[in-house]
Amino acid sequence: MAYSKKVLDHYSNPRNVGSLDKHASTVGTGVVGAPECGDVMKLQIQVEGDRIVDAKFKTFGCGSAIASSSLATEWIKGKTLDEALAIQNTQIVEELSLPPVKIHCSVLAEDAIKAAVNDYKSKQAPKEQQS
Amino acid sequence: MKLPIYMDYQATTPCDPRVVEAMLPYFTQSFGNAASRNHRYGWEAEEAVEKARGQIAELLGANPKEIVFTSGSTESINLALKGVAEMYAEKGKHIITCQAEHKAVLDVCKHLEQQGFEVTYLQPDKSGRVSVEAVAAALRPDTILVALMWANNEVGTLNPIREIGALCHEKGVLFFTDATQAAGKVPVDVEADHVDLLCLSGHKIYGPKGVGILYVRRRNPRVRLVAQMDGGGHERGMRSGTLNVPSIAGLGKACELARLELPQESARTSALRDHLEKRIFSELDFVHLNGNREHRLPNNLNVSFAYVEGESLIMGISDVAVSSGSACTSASLEPSHVLRAMDVGEDLAHSSIRFGIGRFTTQEEVDFAASSVIGAVRRLRELSPLYEMALEGIDPKTVNWQAPH
Ligand SMILES: Cc1ncc(COP(=O)(O)O)c(C=O)c1O
Ligand code: FES
Repeated sequence: MAYSKKVLDHYSNPRNVGSLDKHASTVGTGVVGAPECGDVMKLQIQVEGDRIVDAKFKTFGCGSAIASSSLATEWIKGKTLDEALAIQNTQIVEELSLPPVKIHCSVLAEDAIKAAVNDYKSKQAPKEQQS
Repeated sequence: MKLPIYMDYQATTPCDPRVVEAMLPYFTQSFGNAASRNHRYGWEAEEAVEKARGQIAELLGANPKEIVFTSGSTESINLALKGVAEMYAEKGKHIITCQAEHKAVLDVCKHLEQQGFEVTYLQPDKSGRVSVEAVAAALRPDTILVALMWANNEVGTLNPIREIGALCHEKGVLFFTDATQAAGKVPVDVEADHVDLLCLSGHKIYGPKGVGILYVRRRNPRVRLVAQMDGGGHERGMRSGTLNVPSIAGLGKACELARLELPQESARTSALRDHLEKRIFSELDFVHLNGNREHRLPNNLNVSFAYVEGESLIMGISDVAVSSGSACTSASLEPSHVLRAMDVGEDLAHSSIRFGIGRFTTQEEVDFAASSVIGAVRRLRELSPLYEMALEGIDPKTVNWQAPH
């Protein structure tokens, strides 16, 4: 499979690799995928007010999944939570020129953003949290 | 050192220059049809074909008359399985094979199932091996054929061919073995090993692509086949079609070289393979050998690098040409059916790489490949949430993952 220049760039120089303290009340963590499926994405956000001031990721998956999550962290940094939630996988597909078989890698990145934001929100309203 | 380094010798091999040399005269000078009986052109072509038949037979311990030329192992497998099934259908309709066979065998078996045959797909053990006991237990009065590969193309595991062959002969059941990966790598002797039908392919043994053979036993027992290609009645009626003389000459030469050089080559490639294995296992944690340490091809190494996904790893070692067992299930590529049959676990199946060492592999290349793989695995593990968990002492297998997408 031939990879686009941008996928190769994110794969070779992934942005924002790492972890934030998942127990901190200002940090939201999203983990999506499953090892048996060949992909697990962990995306974390550090929030001040309603703005994402930092983002980190770690991904087990193909090159396109790594690139999608790296790009996602780049995009959400500096955005408000609502702006981050508005990011769609199709924008990632377009930016990285992903072929059809790799679309789900971008879906995973979108899901990871949503999961991280939701995790942060649930920490702010602990009473509404279930289980 | 030429990049990328070729380490995919189980997929195919380059032609040995000595093979190419043996082929050349048959393109432009002695280009006759081996079936032309009336002139020198035909005689020369026939002579080349008969010489090759002898060279191939000698590698297998067979009689030259037992060699049928085909276009490769896929065709030989079709001819053997369908040919036997159709010829012996009145005797019985049961066939035994294994889940870890090459797709060519599995797909032909599926086809035969649609024709009313019954197929038992034995599950190999965790190392990819089928035991004689498992075959014995699956045999039935209506079993007509046992089809089991000599060496597995992904993990290199060798089946106990001699024991299985002896069992089949004792029970009067025909025994076919796919020796595509084994021929030229480990000693083959159709008599001592009790093999009735066997295939090999030129392009896996430094010969040309698109040529192979089916060995068909002529005595004790005499195996009969229904031809799958009708026409001029070539190859004693078993495979019609004008013979591909240059390729056949090349295949003959390739088999001769394989026979003469087998002991040295097997020692040399296994030493290189062991070196690669040792470096990987001593410089990385969480690595698993897929296959059987004792019973395996000298030139194969299949390793799973836990917590690193295969496709991204291949991307990280673009200067080394290897194969991966899989990519993500959601993509078009499925995890390898061989690793699945071996019960390796889906997570490890996604992390597997097959290294193939060959006649032209050097120590320098092996070291380059080892360093490149080790570096890429370390880098990808920095990125891997699963590796992070493992280091924290959490086994990702015990985590309750959300429903797979
Ligand atoms: C074990 C095995 N059987 C059969 C085949 C098919 O051989 P061919 O390419 O000659 O059709 C291969 C090669 O892919 C193989 O490795
Ligand atoms: S993570 Fe599944 S193909 Fe990309």
